[in-house]
Amino acid sequence: MYHIKILGTGCPKCKSTVTNTLEAVKLAGVEAEVIKVEDIQDIMAYNVLTTPVLVIDEQIKVKGRVPTVEEIKNLLTAQ
Amino acid sequence: MFHWIQGFADWLIYSVLGITQHSKLGDALNFFVYDTLKILLLLFLITFLMGIVNSYFPIDKIRNFLSRNKLYGGEYLLASTFGAVTPFCSCSSVPLFIGFVKGGIPLGVTFAFLITSPLVNEVAMAMFIGMFGLKTTVIYVASGILLGTIGGMILGKMKLEPLLSEWVQKVLQNAQKEGEYEEVPLSFTQRLPGIAKEAFGIVKSVFIYVIIGIGIGALMHGFIPTGFFEKYITKENPFAVPVAVVLGVPMYSNAAGVLPIIQVLVQKGVPLGTAIAFMMAVVGLSLPEAMLLKKVMSLKLISLFFGVVIFCIIFLGYFFNWIF
Repeated sequence: MYHIKILGTGCPKCKSTVTNTLEAVKLAGVEAEVIKVEDIQDIMAYNVLTTPVLVIDEQIKVKGRVPTVEEIKNLLTAQ
Repeated sequence: MFHWIQGFADWLIYSVLGITQHSKLGDALNFFVYDTLKILLLLFLITFLMGIVNSYFPIDKIRNFLSRNKLYGGEYLLASTFGAVTPFCSCSSVPLFIGFVKGGIPLGVTFAFLITSPLVNEVAMAMFIGMFGLKTTVIYVASGILLGTIGGMILGKMKLEPLLSEWVQKVLQNAQKEGEYEEVPLSFTQRLPGIAKEAFGIVKSVFIYVIIGIGIGALMHGFIPTGFFEKYITKENPFAVPVAVVLGVPMYSNAAGVLPIIQVLVQKGVPLGTAIAFMMAVVGLSLPEAMLLKKVMSLKLISLFFGVVIFCIIFLGYFFNWIF
């Protein structure tokens, strides 16, 4: 079971990251819980400078851009 | 560079649609087709190029560089320049702001970054090249960077740290360790599809504003006589610049919607400096941005921030009117 978090204050880029992540989870066929983190204080706890950020099991995987479905899928199946 | 687009527009309007040349309708339609095609092409090209820059831009290293090195004032210019070349999402401005301040970068230097960032962005640049040519674009970008530098310096002199939100001050005191970060490095060819997709997304998101802006611009182009505004808005009128700026701040629009109209205003006699000041006020300062910043700053600090930037924009407007 993966714990996936998407950090972002709610801009279009953050939203497409969420959509891509949900799609990738489905395609990878893994069990995962996807949480959107929108509170700025919670986001800053990860010490990032740019959003959106993709966090898998408390590790920052992608930041400052929208990862593609394929990319997220690879991250999920590689581990 | 764009002759072939003009040729296409001429062919479409005058030959295919059979509308008389130099008629008001023909002028307006021709302008609309030509401008829309040119701008969309430029928008895609420039957002794509900036996407590549952004993909490789080491924002973390730059923060560390700025926080470690004393540059005797040069850090303002540097931060402002970085603000111009990093086309990040507007909602990154708050994380960036906190990240910078937390990294020990003075508030003024962070402001320099924050001022230039929305002012000089890929959409504004593409539109500027399309509407006013390369020379004016370079002047615009340079003055945007200058504005950020000077604005940041003024704000830095004010010692505003106590005006940050309480929780931000707490964050500053308990500096955390650097976040662990293991990104898989991507090759250039792996990055390209994402960048192209993003560029396409940006163009798509501003498309409607471009069309509306150019549509209004085209109507004005065809139907308002040249020199119309000169009667009212002259270089000699000392109030034109401040009034344009004050009108511009509450207008929240992106460069894509405003610039086509500004281009026509300039053609019809509004001085370029007044027009650029208006544009900077619309693009650089906005209420949604103020709402975002409210989470990290007190109202007083936001007002000061906006006040200083407005003052600098007005000054730049006069300056442009004076040199052109």
